[in-house]
Amino acid sequence: MALILDLILQAVQMFLVLALAPLALGVTRKVKARALRRVGPPVWQPYLDLWKLMHKEAVLAHNASWLYRVAPYLLFAVTWVAAALIPTYATNLLFSWSADLIAIVALLATGRFALALAGMDVGTAFGGIGSSREMMIASLAEPAMLLVAFTVALVAGTTQLSTIAENFIDGHVGLRVSLGLALVAFVLVAIAENARIPIDNPATHLELTMVHEAMVLEYSGRHLAMIEAAAALKLVLYSSLLVCLFLPFGMATTDKSFAALGIGLLTYVAKVLALMVLLPIGETAIAKMRVFRYPIFLGASFAAGALAVFLLFVSRSF
Amino acid sequence: MPVVIGLWCVAALIAVAAFAIPIARMRLGSVLTYGASLAISLAALAVGLWQLIAGGDVATLALPLGLPGIGAHFRLDALAAFFLVVVNLGSAAASLYAIGYGRHESEPRRVLPFFPAYLGGMNLVVLADDAFGFLVAWEFMSLTSWALVMANYRSAENARAGYIYLVMASFGTLALLLAFGLLAGPDGGYAFASIRNHHPDAFVAAMVLLLTLVGAGSKAGLVPLHVWLPLAHAAAPSHVSALMSGVMTKVAVYGCMRIVFDLIGQPPLWSSFVVLALAGITTVLGVLYALMQHDLKRLLAYHTVENIGIIFIGLGLALAFRVGNMPVLAALAMTAALFHVLNHSIFKSLLFFGAGAVLNATGERNMERLGGLIHRLPKTAVAFLIGCAAIAALPPLNGFVSEWLTFQAILVSPQLPQWGLKFLIPAVGALLALSAALAAACFVKAYGVTFLGRPRSSVASAAREVDAFSLSAMFILAALCALFGVVPFLVVDGLAPAVQMLVGARMPAQTQFVPMLSWGSIVPIAESRSSYNGLIILIFLAISGTLTAMFIHRYATRATRRSAIWDCGYPDPSAATQYTSSSFAMPIRRVFAATVFGVREKVDMPRPGDSRAARFHVKVLDPAWRFAYGPLARLVLRSATVLNQLQFLTIRRYLTLVFGTLIVLLLVVAAWR
Repeated sequence: MALILDLILQAVQMFLVLALAPLALGVTRKVKARALRRVGPPVWQPYLDLWKLMHKEAVLAHNASWLYRVAPYLLFAVTWVAAALIPTYATNLLFSWSADLIAIVALLATGRFALALAGMDVGTAFGGIGSSREMMIASLAEPAMLLVAFTVALVAGTTQLSTIAENFIDGHVGLRVSLGLALVAFVLVAIAENARIPIDNPATHLELTMVHEAMVLEYSGRHLAMIEAAAALKLVLYSSLLVCLFLPFGMATTDKSFAALGIGLLTYVAKVLALMVLLPIGETAIAKMRVFRYPIFLGASFAAGALAVFLLFVSRSF
Repeated sequence: MPVVIGLWCVAALIAVAAFAIPIARMRLGSVLTYGASLAISLAALAVGLWQLIAGGDVATLALPLGLPGIGAHFRLDALAAFFLVVVNLGSAAASLYAIGYGRHESEPRRVLPFFPAYLGGMNLVVLADDAFGFLVAWEFMSLTSWALVMANYRSAENARAGYIYLVMASFGTLALLLAFGLLAGPDGGYAFASIRNHHPDAFVAAMVLLLTLVGAGSKAGLVPLHVWLPLAHAAAPSHVSALMSGVMTKVAVYGCMRIVFDLIGQPPLWSSFVVLALAGITTVLGVLYALMQHDLKRLLAYHTVENIGIIFIGLGLALAFRVGNMPVLAALAMTAALFHVLNHSIFKSLLFFGAGAVLNATGERNMERLGGLIHRLPKTAVAFLIGCAAIAALPPLNGFVSEWLTFQAILVSPQLPQWGLKFLIPAVGALLALSAALAAACFVKAYGVTFLGRPRSSVASAAREVDAFSLSAMFILAALCALFGVVPFLVVDGLAPAVQMLVGARMPAQTQFVPMLSWGSIVPIAESRSSYNGLIILIFLAISGTLTAMFIHRYATRATRRSAIWDCGYPDPSAATQYTSSSFAMPIRRVFAATVFGVREKVDMPRPGDSRAARFHVKVLDPAWRFAYGPLARLVLRSATVLNQLQFLTIRRYLTLVFGTLIVLLLVVAAWR
């Protein structure tokens, strides 16, 4: 019986992130439109877009290989699994121990690897430019993300996300300089990884300024739907990570009663939506960067992460 | 008993080598030689596995061979057994691959006799139990591999590679010779058993450690001693490249482990600083340089340098923990290092086999002239993709597990009390994180440019799939990549005896975590600290991926239409408009390599109206050549020019020199007394 309950809780988590993802994307678009004095599409528009794309015929180039057709599903599966393993409304779910923070970062790298290869499959200049730049951004962002992981793991004494969240909810960790630095580093990485301004512009119409969109330029129909869904999931994944690592308050921990779970669920959705409001407001305030200024942006993230780790190696009380 | 079988395997390999000389020209010569090598390697693999798993007593054997009065000692303990497994797994795969691949060899007499001899040499290094035998086997291994590098001796590039390899190998052996000389002490106890009992003082231990790092490190490819490696590994026939990169570098790691962890006793603490610093630099420089390559085999060879760095990070941490008297943590770091030894030997062999298949099918190693091979070599493409994903440390494959363990070892290291390490280890961790991300970029480039896109030359568009032997060797290794990634606890438990022997503790037995759902997890210290379960990840990925695809195909649409490339409405039929290997690496070259390698990019753009072609030059120079070997070579050359004048003197001057030397020597003797 307990096992079935655990399975249900895990399944709720899995479908919660999936259901929330398009909504989160819709909220950012709506808020951004309002910030630009436009009306903007309704917040549920991404659901309709995905639905429409899924039902459209997929157009493949003559020389597209099997890898091109498999990559969107792999990307989607990897992002979904990674998002489902991050504690959102409750800790210690059934499978939460099967991947820790480092494994989650690596899972995202798997998805990126598949998509970057798919971008090169047809052999166009846009696909190549997208893949090449995506891997350049990743090679700067991933080490910064791992340093954030190191920081949090050193503070909490574990890399298990559930245990980290529980330790931070306990309150005996308190405010730390290192965690502040890690939060800054994390936000910068999250912006870069989700292809948001100032690194990349998800709404651009000029191909040369795109990174992510250039890589998936050839995709259409259900394959594009998978990629779009994965991008939305990734946004939710990074918000959940931020919530789990830095603002885990409200999560259901040992108490798995309906009230606790309900509080966890509500606070989680509220926190994610709040982040989705903050993100476009930040985006409208700044301009997109030139490609070769990315190292400054991501280097700042890396430096903040490295500083946090050094402080913790020097003394655990920082 | 196992050690006797191991030695018989070595003897059999040498016999095959001798037998291969007369039959090399025959039609079946290559099949017979490689078939025999395969059978013997499998036997030796079985011996190693048996010794490692059954955990029998340490088997030793003394034979009245070699130096008079000392004899030859052999020993098969857990460490040797593990490396026997690594060596013979790689050897067996390479032999199987070569049954098909070797048929295309233009001069079989330059390869066939040396191949089994080379295998025998590597096995003998692992089995040797005295300094003399170790060094003889080491030199034998170096020389046979040198002969294999020189198989295609007419190419000037190969001749240069062979020359540099020979110089570096001699230099490395010299360093090892001195290290053993110091270890043996004045009494000349060259058997490892007597070295083990006699503990050198701290200074001697440190000197031995540094000499070992130079000697074994130059064979393994530690920066800055790596310069020969990309040249020689790329020049050899591909199955030999696989052995050199995948296996021989591991034999060098074995030499290092044997001396540092088994023979020295207790090295001083600062020695772990040296190892960690060198390893961190090696990791990042290796992968950055790999990214700059256009030659597929040279890219793979440079990437070996990175992986050696990862292994040495594990070793350095294990050393620090051991000196700091934390055996459980040392066991974690050592397990990570040994696991990566096994992993790298598997996926690097696989990738070199793939590169060999590409070379065989197209005659090209230059990625700029390849492309689209996923359509022409569909099976090789699958195996190579698995190898790329594994080496890029992507879950759920095996490369990720060993890097994850290394990260876990780094995360427990704040417990070390020394201040120097508190600054060094996080820096090394950051370098490791950086290299993991760069490795992914490197293999997206290697795979994307070689196998994806449109063919960039006529040879690439006319390539044919390779033979079944080569394919089966590749798929066996690819399956092992997946297996060890999904059930890593088998490897972790299998490594335990070797780890126990080296650091005096082992990781907790992974099979004891038997609650049904967590079966297959690896747990370095405690489940509340960290755990990883590749099996569950794989199952989740498979289920969610296939269910999604089935759902969409069933309830939405599965209609597909083939059409021309869209490319924003302006598709260009020329394959030259694709991203190439150098354009793919360009952003990373700008960001990292401009400072590290002093990359010079020069654009030569004709003026408007001028019809000559525009040119773009990129110059990448390995800093090791610029700062270490270049000046050294110039110094040698200059002093040689000066000394050369001594060869053209008159007889009177020679007599004067002889007389002067005599006087000086007499004075020395007089002063000595």
